[in-house]
Formats: sequence, structure tokens, C-alpha cells
Amino acid sequence: MIVVDVLAGGVRGGTAILYAALGETLAERAGVINLGTEGSMLTGALAAYAVAAGTGDPWAGVLAGALAGALLAAVHAFMVLARGANQLATGLVVLFLGAGLTAMFGAAYVGRAISPFQPYPIPGLSEIPWAGPILFDHDPLVYASYLLAPTLWWLLHRSRAGLVVRSAGERPAVLATYGHSPMLVRYLAVVGGGLLAGIGGAHLSTAYANAWFENMTAGRGFIAVALVIFAAWHPLRAVGGAYLFGAALALSPALQARGYGFNQFALDALPYLVTIAALIVLGRRQVNAAPEDLSRVFQLTPTR
Amino acid sequence: MRLARVGAAAALLLLTACATNTTETAGEAKGAPGTGGTKIGFILVGPKDDYGYNQAAYEGSQAVAKAFPDMEVLTAENVPEDDNAARVMEGMIRKGAKIIFATSYGHRDPALKVAAANPDVVVLQQGNIVDGAVPPNFGTYFGTVYEPVYLAGIVAGKATKSNKLGYVYAFPISQTLDNINAFQLGAASVNPAAKTYVVNTSNWCDPAKQAEATKSLISQGVDVISQHQDCTATVIRAAEAAGAYTVGYHADASTLAPKGWLTGSEWDWGPLYTKMVETAKAGSFTGSPYNANFRVGLKTGDNPFVQSPYGMAVNAETKQLVEDAKAKISKDGSPFLGPVVDQAGAVRVPAGTVPDYKTIESIDYFVDGVVGKIPAS
Repeated sequence: MIVVDVLAGGVRGGTAILYAALGETLAERAGVINLGTEGSMLTGALAAYAVAAGTGDPWAGVLAGALAGALLAAVHAFMVLARGANQLATGLVVLFLGAGLTAMFGAAYVGRAISPFQPYPIPGLSEIPWAGPILFDHDPLVYASYLLAPTLWWLLHRSRAGLVVRSAGERPAVLATYGHSPMLVRYLAVVGGGLLAGIGGAHLSTAYANAWFENMTAGRGFIAVALVIFAAWHPLRAVGGAYLFGAALALSPALQARGYGFNQFALDALPYLVTIAALIVLGRRQVNAAPEDLSRVFQLTPTR
Repeated sequence: MRLARVGAAAALLLLTACATNTTETAGEAKGAPGTGGTKIGFILVGPKDDYGYNQAAYEGSQAVAKAFPDMEVLTAENVPEDDNAARVMEGMIRKGAKIIFATSYGHRDPALKVAAANPDVVVLQQGNIVDGAVPPNFGTYFGTVYEPVYLAGIVAGKATKSNKLGYVYAFPISQTLDNINAFQLGAASVNPAAKTYVVNTSNWCDPAKQAEATKSLISQGVDVISQHQDCTATVIRAAEAAGAYTVGYHADASTLAPKGWLTGSEWDWGPLYTKMVETAKAGSFTGSPYNANFRVGLKTGDNPFVQSPYGMAVNAETKQLVEDAKAKISKDGSPFLGPVVDQAGAVRVPAGTVPDYKTIESIDYFVDGVVGKIPAS
């Protein structure tokens, strides 16, 4: 059933992007854009793979991946927050740092075998026609992401801590008058975002592809950053966006495996065309939805 | 004047190498390209440990080092396919190399340049073709990669129960199309009902796309998966996890698929490199078969692309069928012996004709029995 295949593939392939997009949502809500998300995914993917290969436990791998992603994001946070560097330029530098480091240390792990995460069909739920195979026949990291998105939404939009984070992204001066440190909040948000991106990378290497290769994220971190805008900085909309990307990526192999011939290059461009179209349609609303202090990043004036 | 220069060169060689025996000096006096060197150079376009093409070339260079203990083998990794390659090769020549292997397709033009500037050096280029006259100290060489793939297709055709084979490939270039066609022809030669379903990933190494492609094929009923990718582990592990059979490419990956491994194709450049070096060292390179666009296969021997060991799932009957096919290809000269019919039913290679390597290396169609279309551009 091609529809089930594409949608199940969308969930499977969208999960890594979803983790990274949720992490980036957190960072941007606090007023910092991190184009180094792709780098955090790469370091997360390698660290998770290396530790899973060493310990034989993919969960230990995920932990390492999360830490590695967080560590790289901490570099970004330090340069941007402590040194006042340009956020966009720094993000790219951090991306290339992550790509270079993982290419160097990753060579030893190409071709190493791990015991990866296995799909765990949820008893009962996975029997439901349509919804079962699409949603409930995946690895544990996919299920964890089902819980993470609403949790992050609740934290950001319904909890006191979330109010503090969002204030840091809107009016840091107001936050400061209330005795909070916008700087500290931003540090935590950026590092936490990198942590989630690292888990996304870990999903790629230890659950989805079961392999480490240089630059294996292939631009998914950038898709995640685009997705945050696409989703208007809203964690729950990011879920739909991530799965839409995943489904667009799964569409091409699903069609080909059935012998349908389409213009391959158009299919490969589909995920990006979807983004551009969405950004055009949603353009005006997005501008209004952007955290106020974040939008200053794009106006080429220093954020502090 | 010229003698003086030769003498100076010989003295320099003595100084740098401290080991020049009389036969080599004699060869040098004769001036045949490739003779009199103390070193052999190899340039690689990628890292020597990529578990693929470059690692295979590197391992071949190490086999040469073993075969000629009196020669030093120089290797250079990550050599770009531009003028930098020429500089690296010139550097190797200055160090005393008279035989250079430029192992990437895109190294051809710098290699030709170096060959023209150094008529006493033999330059061998892996995988590309020289149109027109081949310089006397130059040659291109490659294996017929599709022959072991054809043999693997036989194994796949016998192993499948659903008669659906899957092929995950990167880009629709002639090398991948040749492999897919050979795989299907091999399978159909023992199992006329077998069909090959193809999915491309538009990337030489995007593991996530490979995982999705493999899952799509398996959910479609495919029970044997093969591939043409630079990185191969993801597809093999995904096939093994789903209980499907695996046919490998580039390397023996049977440890990744202990249950489902059938066979595969892998590189073994050592024997061919060694023979080429022997020929060049002996001063008989010019006019030899290597002084051309040299292509090796089962018929000529020394094919650098060989069949991987069988897995447990392959029975004696299948192995015999493979041996029979090997004998037949050795006699015919190609698995693409006509008639070869494309998907639309048109005869592309007439009955009884063996296509030459130029025809095979510019193929642009799928044969009958392949399910899927070549992406339009």
C-alpha cells in the first residue's frame, strides 16, 4: 500500500529532522538562531554510533549523541553570547567545525557494526489498519519524539519556565528587570537545542541508517532550521512539517520500487519546493510570529 | 650532451636511492619508458580507507610493494582531479618514480599532461578512455565490473522466492546501468520469471535515503537486495534485518549479513597492477596490451573485479550454474552477448554480437526485465 509506505516512511525519516527542529525552536524562542544545527546532528550521529559500537548499547549511544550535540551548540552559544559574534556567521562556522571533526574522528567507525535500535511494534495499536503501521511500528526514539513535541509545547507555552524562555527571545530587557538573566536563559536554550539535534543525529545513525558515514545528515539540519520558520516557532506545527518532509523524501523510493517513472530531479527537489511554497504562502504571518528579539538578527544590527 | 644528462640523472639516482643495479642502468640507457625507476607512484582521489574504490586501489598498491621488494611504493591520498594531480605526479617523478598509477577517472587529463612532459615515465590511468592515438608511454585500464555482477545475478535469480530482486543505485550513469542490466540478465538466465526493481538515491552515500529505498523495495515483495553505492553497510543491514538476501558490492560484507549474504563483487587490483609494473620495468611497455585502452575480463584474466565468497544460503547447484556461466563468458567474451533486448522490446545488441567496451561504457537503457525507469533529466 503506497500511501501507508510513504506516510510510515515520513514518520521514520522525519524523526531526526523533528528532534533537530524542536531543538532549534527552543533556541530561537530564546532569541538565538543556530545554523550549526546540522553540525550538532553530525556530532550527535557520530558520538552515538561510536559509543553504541563501544558499549553495545544504543541507549548509551543516544546519551553520548545528545551530549556531543550539546557541546557543539555550547561553542555557538559562547561565541554568540559571550563574544557577541554574528549569529549567522558563527552558526556556519560551527557547522563546518562539526563536519570537519566528525570527518576526522569518524573514519575509524566507517564499516563498524553496532546493535542498533530495533522497531518495536506497540501491541494492539500496531494492529490498527492505516494508523498502526504508520505510527506504531517504529523504534523507541520515534515514540519518544511523540511525547517530546507536546511536552516542549507545554513547557514553552503553558509553564513559567517557558514564559522566561520566550521573554528572552522577545524582550530580554523586560526579563532582566524581573531579575532573570537573559544570557543564562539563552545559554541553556541553545545548549538544550543542540542536545535535541544530537539526539536527532543519533536517530539517523543508530536507528534509521545503522551506519556512520561522513556528512551522513546530508542537509537535514538545514531543513530543520527552515522548518522552524515554516512552523512559526511552534513545536506542534513542527511535527507536521517534519513528517511532511519525511514523506516527501519517502515518496521517490516508494514510487520507484513500484516501477513508476517520474522526473527524479523534480522528486528530489520536492521537499525544498514544499518549503519555499509554504514560506511564500505563510510569509506575512511568519514575520509576525517571529520572536521579536530574534528578528533583529536578520536586520544586520547587533543583538546586544 | 645527451649522454652527459643521462649520466647526471643516473648519478642523481645513485645518490637518492643508493641502490641501482646494472640491469636497471642498462634499461635506462635503452631509454624505454618505465625502466630504471626506484619508486612507483599511486595517486588516489579519496582517502585510502573508504571501504570502497580508493581503499581497493590502495590495497593494490600494497600488493605491488610486496611483489617488488626492491622498489618503493609512493601513495598520495585525496588528490583532486585537476592540475594539483599533475603536480603530485611530477613530485613523485622527481623522487625517482618511473611508473605512475593515476587511479581516478578524472585524473586522465593531468595524467596525459605528465606523460607528455616525461616520455621516460609510464603513466597508467584507471577507468577512463583516451580517444584517438594513445601516447607510447600511456595507457588506461579497467576491469569489466559487470561480469561478477552478472554471476551474482545468477545466484540472486536462484535464491529468490518472490521473483522480485531489488537494486539500490546512486545515479543513472553507464556504469550503474551496466551493472543493473548484467544483474538482471544473470538472474533471467536461470530464472526467466525474475525481475529487478530499481530505486536510485541521487547520492553516492546518503545512508538515510538508502534505508528508505531498501524498506520500499522490501515492502514491495522484493526478497534479494543488491546495490551500487559508495557506502554499502546501510542497505545490507536493512536487508538482513528484514530477512531478505543480500548481494554485496565493493567489498566482502558477509559479516554484516550472516544469514542473508549470497555473494557479491569486490576489488582485487594486485595481480593486474603487478603485471603492468613487470611489463613496464622490463622495458616492453610501449606496444604492449597495456599501452592502450585496456579492459580485462574473464576472457583475458586478471579482472580486478572479482566475485565475493558465497554465503551459507547458496547451494551446490547454484554454484555449478555460476561456474558454467564463467566458462561461457570466458568463451564469448562478454555477458552482453547479443541478443540484448531493452525494456521497450527493441533489440539493442544483435544476436551473436559482442559489444565493445565503448558501447558498454556508454549504455543508456535498462534491459527487458528491469522494472523502473531511468530518471528523466
